[in-house]
Amino acid sequence: MKWSIANPLVLSVLRILMMSLCLIANTAMAGDEPLSITVGSKNFNENYLLAEVISQLFEHAGYEVDRKFGMTGTLIIYEALRTKEVDVYVEYTGTLGQVILNYDGEPSLENLNARLTGEAVEILPSFGFNNTYALAIKRDYADQLGISTVSELVTQPDIEMGFSIEFLNRADGWPGLVSAYGFSQQPTGMDHGLAYQAIDDGTIDVTDAFSTDGDLDRYDLQLLEDDLEFFPHYFGAPLINAELPVDARNIINRLAGLIDDARMRDLNGRVMLDGKSFAEVAGEFLAEEGLVALSDNISATATSIWPRLWRNTLVHVHLTLIALLLGCAVGLPLGITIYRSRRLSRSMLYIAGLLQTVPSIALLALMIPLFGIGQKPAIIALFMYSLLPILRSTITALLTIDPVLKRVAEALGMTRIQQLVHVLVPLALPNVLTGVKTAAIISIGTATLAAFIGAGGLGEPIVTGLALNDTSLILQGAIPAAGLAILTELLFDVLERSLVKPHMLVGQLPT
Amino acid sequence: MPIPCIEYSDITKSYGDKTILNGLSLSITANITTAIVGASGSGKSTLIQIANGLIIPERGQVSVFGSPITNGKITDKRLAIGYSVQGAGLFPHMSVFENITLMATLQRWSEQDTKIRFHTLMQLLELDRELSDRYPFSLSGGQQQRVSLCRAMMLNPPLLLLDEPFSALDPVTRVSIQQEFLKLQQAETRSMVLVTHDMFEAIKLAQEIIVMRDGRIEQQGSVAEIQNNPASDYVQALFHAGGPVV
Repeated sequence: MKWSIANPLVLSVLRILMMSLCLIANTAMAGDEPLSITVGSKNFNENYLLAEVISQLFEHAGYEVDRKFGMTGTLIIYEALRTKEVDVYVEYTGTLGQVILNYDGEPSLENLNARLTGEAVEILPSFGFNNTYALAIKRDYADQLGISTVSELVTQPDIEMGFSIEFLNRADGWPGLVSAYGFSQQPTGMDHGLAYQAIDDGTIDVTDAFSTDGDLDRYDLQLLEDDLEFFPHYFGAPLINAELPVDARNIINRLAGLIDDARMRDLNGRVMLDGKSFAEVAGEFLAEEGLVALSDNISATATSIWPRLWRNTLVHVHLTLIALLLGCAVGLPLGITIYRSRRLSRSMLYIAGLLQTVPSIALLALMIPLFGIGQKPAIIALFMYSLLPILRSTITALLTIDPVLKRVAEALGMTRIQQLVHVLVPLALPNVLTGVKTAAIISIGTATLAAFIGAGGLGEPIVTGLALNDTSLILQGAIPAAGLAILTELLFDVLERSLVKPHMLVGQLPT
Repeated sequence: MPIPCIEYSDITKSYGDKTILNGLSLSITANITTAIVGASGSGKSTLIQIANGLIIPERGQVSVFGSPITNGKITDKRLAIGYSVQGAGLFPHMSVFENITLMATLQRWSEQDTKIRFHTLMQLLELDRELSDRYPFSLSGGQQQRVSLCRAMMLNPPLLLLDEPFSALDPVTRVSIQQEFLKLQQAETRSMVLVTHDMFEAIKLAQEIIVMRDGRIEQQGSVAEIQNNPASDYVQALFHAGGPVV
């Protein structure tokens, strides 16, 4: 082929090149691009709500807001802030001191910021309320036992306690409580969103609660008095990326001191008890405080769920697909290379099996120190899960090929590669495809957990829904995920039919 | 003396602590059909798989047409050694045409040469042209075995190893395929080694017979010699039993 400028291929390559150059130039020159900010939230009500308040405030100021809501655990979201994947989220002074900074002293703003220097993170003035940990018990049960303080709870050996996982593991949570009060009871761990239901149906008697929880009244719960003053102060305050410009800080600071305990409980209650959305309550609050006009309210509620659903689905497919392709790129050649060696295959399958037994959420958490948060660690974790089914099916498929056919292929004078390409791989293909399909479906399921580390996807509504006890939100993630799984099944059927001859599928081998 | 097609010298092969062949030496005459007869477990199948390098003996050497099998690339040697097994061993994902012509395609034969050779072989083994595009599962046992023979002879190898190719067939089919095998001998001269447990098949198809027993050579000679002067009661019994001696 002659490489003249008139060659259509050369022309189209040039055209693409020119277009990309223009695109790059445009992006670089676009000076009046809207300001943008990423707001994060932890995965419980109040934090969602405050994050939404901050988001709307920014939107009114003309910012483009990227909401990364529902991250699980303080360390994950803090890591996101530190790595600038999030610009601002609402933290609690006590949590920041104890969990992040390992600081036991009074968590005042000055003390905390002094310790934050060098972290590229800064805490702004508090909203005003103190959402401290508290132990909650059914009011009538407390009356029945005649207890009203934490000390009196210690004397009740038969009481069933269920705490959120984070509370169970924080120095300012259960471990500290045990040393301060001398508890001997063994609590169980559960999701905070489920704990209130558990206490309501009598599975547990006591759980950890936050003093500003809106649903304390709904479940008729009483907070036990912290008579030894163990729990530190947890003032809600915006934690920001230290490089945030003054304009943005000023916007956030308009909220300083505006929300006391009662106001926070009231706002939380509007979501939990009145069933309003965060966007609605946030809008109401901003209007009530005169920060925005109600009519001016950005109607986040009015927007349809479809764009978000579509975006989540795309992210989900993206996560799963990349992980699966990586799994195939590693698993298939690895399986083909090692299947002849019984010892190697065994040990590789053992390792892959071991990876499989690590609970998904633990594996995801383990990824954070290595790869941070977001999609990268999620993809790596999903890749590790896809390895076992792909590797196992490849090795098994190759090992179970009729030995006579392997012998004949060799005897005919085929080279190793020829045997592989013309005999072994085509014969192994149906089983290998089944393995890849299994990996794909496992990945789709597991990828819903990736939302816990801020990777987004269909897990996002599920995680949020779990935190809020909102079934419809959970279904917004669960139904499309199930649909994706079914679609994958169908896609693989089509793939199978196009790659494998029909008589090889139904198992009609020559006798 | 002409060069033998296969020459074994001092071959020892065992599986675990069971010795199959123990210091066996043997010459197989070229350009005729030699049958290796023996009961199952006598070592006859191991013996021919040593000739194409599928089985590596612990001790001893094997030469094919005067050249040690261990010299040079084994895949090149195998191209000159056809191989067909009991049950045909056809690749289930390939059509009859693909099965037979696979090696020619891999050897980059021209399309024309490939087709000519393919049709010659199909005719020789009385396989209908219409079977070309069929898959092995839809063929009868006899047809499969014929296709397997075609595949073994595609590259026109000077040596053909046949490991009980007709044993799994019903008697009627077996007789007709044996007839075609005789025609084949007429049509193309080559060295053929046929492993069988059936002495009558050996007498019918071979010019020389080697009787094996427990990894040793019990008797080797022309068909007439074996028939007229059986070396032992064991050889004698192979005639009278009319089938395998176990």
